[in-house]
Amino acid sequence: MWSWVGHRITGVVIFVFLLVHVLDTSLVRVSPEAYTAVIGAYKNPIMGLGEAALVAAIVFHAFNGLRIIAIDFWKKGPKYQRQMLWTVLIAWAVVMIPFLIRHLSIVFGGH
Amino acid sequence: MSSNVIASPRSNSAQSPQYKRNKSAHSSFEMTAWLFMRVSGVVLVVLIFGHLFVNLMLGDGIHAIDFGFVAGKWSSPFWQWWDLVMLWLAMLHGTNGVRTIINDYAERNGTRMTLKTVLYAAAVVIIVLGTLVIFTFDPCPAGAVIDLPSFCPVP
Ligand code: HEM
Ligand code: HEM
Repeated sequence: MWSWVGHRITGVVIFVFLLVHVLDTSLVRVSPEAYTAVIGAYKNPIMGLGEAALVAAIVFHAFNGLRIIAIDFWKKGPKYQRQMLWTVLIAWAVVMIPFLIRHLSIVFGGH
Repeated sequence: MSSNVIASPRSNSAQSPQYKRNKSAHSSFEMTAWLFMRVSGVVLVVLIFGHLFVNLMLGDGIHAIDFGFVAGKWSSPFWQWWDLVMLWLAMLHGTNGVRTIINDYAERNGTRMTLKTVLYAAAVVIIVLGTLVIFTFDPCPAGAVIDLPSFCPVP
């Protein structure tokens, strides 16, 4: 049940991000200055944490989405749905830990 | 007791008329949408994870992103098509997902109609804009001075 709520919320969050993301990317058609200025905002530490949260949301939505697909199409899917939820959470941690170490050291690493 | 057996559902007895699937166009649209969510989901895992890995993990990560970075990527048709497919699949998948959520929570007909109209309009604008940006992109715009990729002619 909570995994369903989580899937919904992360889906909407990613969608809203994507709308803004295509708009900010479209600044490359305005001028290099405009694009680089706006993208510069993504490099401060607060935005760095926001990017980490966004990636956390996507990785959950992606893995839980694969679990939903497995429940629907794999004969034994419904039987193993609980085990697969644990697999989702473990895979999420396995991806997120190295990601966070690398991304946060880039963001806070003072370049 | 035994004279009162309840017919199993969909058994097509007199009490339980023939079970029919709704064959209207609407239901086959929902079926296609359901399948699309799953097929696009599998493809998006690869496209988005690849996008995030290249843009956040390689090189200097987020610090490396500027105009020249985008110009470098979009000078190759590989990344142009990668981004185009990602744009279309993510937007259609996300729009369809949000449509489901609106249908679930907006109970008044008018509210539902309004929200979905705004949703579809936003989706069309973003898909068209994103597509144009990828294919009309000019890596060496005239008059620009900063962050140009190294392959631009020196002015
Ligand atoms: C990374 C790969 C992704 C996978 C594997 C995936 C998978 C799924 C699946 C299987 C569903 C359930 C569909 C259903 O119940 O019929 C779903 C729903 C949804 N997805 Fe994704 N998705 C992915 C990426 C995205 C992206 C990029 C967005 C936003 C742009 C998004 C937004 C949504 C929304 C809003 C829903 C509806 C949630 C609901 O009805 O509760 N997804 N996704
Ligand atoms: C914080 C994480 C992210 C960063 C730093 C980032 C960065 C970028 C950059 C630099 C571009 C320009 C072209 C390129 O590099 O390929 C781009 C384009 C794009 N990104 Fe992302 N991105 C992020 C997350 C995402 C996510 C999660 C999605 C999908 C839901 C996404 C979808 C797209 C699309 C569709 C385009 C093409 C836009 C267009 O057609 O104009 N990005 N992104």
